[in-house]
Amino acid sequence: MSQGIDLQDSFIQLLVQLGLPTGLAKALWLPLPMTLMLISATVSIFVTVWLERKISAAAQQRIGPEYAGPLGTLQAAADGVKLLFKEDIVPAQADSILFTLGPAIVVIPVFFSLLIVPFGQHMVITDLGIGIFLWIAMSSVTPIGLLMSGYSSNNKYSLLGGLRAAAQSISYEIPLALSVLAIVMMSNSLSTIDIVQQQSGYGILGWNIWRQPVGFLIFWIAALAECERLPFDLPEAEEELVAGYQTEYTGMKFGLFYVGSYVNLVLSALIFAILYLGGWESPISVDWLASILGISDTVPWLQVVTASLGIMMTVLKAYLLVFLAVLLRWTVPRVRIDQLLDLGWKFLLPIALVNLLLTAGLKIAFPFAFGG
Amino acid sequence: MFVLSGYEYFLVFLVICCSVPVLALTLAGLLGAKGEGAARRTTYESGMEPIGGAWIQFNIRYYMFALVFVIFDVETVFLYPWAVAFNQLGLLAFVEALIFIAILVVGLVYAWRKGALEWS
Repeated sequence: MSQGIDLQDSFIQLLVQLGLPTGLAKALWLPLPMTLMLISATVSIFVTVWLERKISAAAQQRIGPEYAGPLGTLQAAADGVKLLFKEDIVPAQADSILFTLGPAIVVIPVFFSLLIVPFGQHMVITDLGIGIFLWIAMSSVTPIGLLMSGYSSNNKYSLLGGLRAAAQSISYEIPLALSVLAIVMMSNSLSTIDIVQQQSGYGILGWNIWRQPVGFLIFWIAALAECERLPFDLPEAEEELVAGYQTEYTGMKFGLFYVGSYVNLVLSALIFAILYLGGWESPISVDWLASILGISDTVPWLQVVTASLGIMMTVLKAYLLVFLAVLLRWTVPRVRIDQLLDLGWKFLLPIALVNLLLTAGLKIAFPFAFGG
Repeated sequence: MFVLSGYEYFLVFLVICCSVPVLALTLAGLLGAKGEGAARRTTYESGMEPIGGAWIQFNIRYYMFALVFVIFDVETVFLYPWAVAFNQLGLLAFVEALIFIAILVVGLVYAWRKGALEWS
């Protein structure tokens, strides 16, 4: 098993060799991956918005954005700048403190969850022991922000939208957590790094999707519902509720909801790729190829290739899922609220429980195939 | 430095993430247009004069779902340590979790039969 490159160690060693104390070198390293991650998250919003608009346009035989930048790639950036210059209106009837706090509470946990998303063996901000559990915990904070903004607007549409959003989130959180539990059981760890490593070694055949086909579907449906994507976009169903909890929001506060929802989509796709599609692993194991070609896995250029390939693979898998989500948006009609709750409580929850117990049973019967 | 070593990143990243909305809103507050007039601050109700506020007492139908959610969310919290340590626990832990889940499934069936999961 190759260790891969460790940028943190190399960076700190370089600085220590230059005569800096170790503590200072570590402190200098600290903000680097975080800033990089936040910049990538911002870029991913632009990419995702552009992709969504272009794919939607293609699905409806339109052209989509084309004037701002080549092929309209700068459209999302232009929209963002426009939002920055818009007036921030707080309705006279609203509770202004909660009204401002709402979008912040929606955005913070989404960005914070990026802490545990790995792009390689050491390509993660920090390998927390609780890993995936942090994401589950953070995703339950978001509905509080939605409820807060819906209630504080003092608008009937907002209130109903906020309540719907909270009900939807809590209904799909349990199937989501239970399908993640099955993966955790197979990996014997909550750490995202361990979860990917447990899938490595056999290329595409080792990925969790083959061992957890049911969990995979549950997770996909529940993740779409958590992101409030069509067919589960009831909280902001524009034909019924104007814009749900966002109705009264203008300018950058509306922009924060927008940013939050797109980062959440990308984040869910990344987590999905890590849990079920082998994270940074290539479909054909690089280690295996190297051993066939007789290249030692300590060769520096091979490590660089592996690391870059890992980042590319993670992003590629995530965007494949984003593409699927966008196509689903134009394929499936929106469900009704009673259908939504029925699907969550009477279908996904029992199936997720059975899936978990089945995984536990199979793990006892075939310890080798299910993570020992 | 910290009691929980390895959590420095956690704290620093939390601070950075909290500063994202603060920065965005401050920047928008500085750059944004300033409008006047009381009419723009009225509550939106599809162009009509708003009839009454939204802060009234009404039947929130999601109430029962929220109660059932609490039960099952606590269940998953109990199951996480079980799942992580499952490879060391063996058959007995499996049977115990089976009993634990069975009790909760009885609760789910009860709530289902009582109509707590119905949208009526």
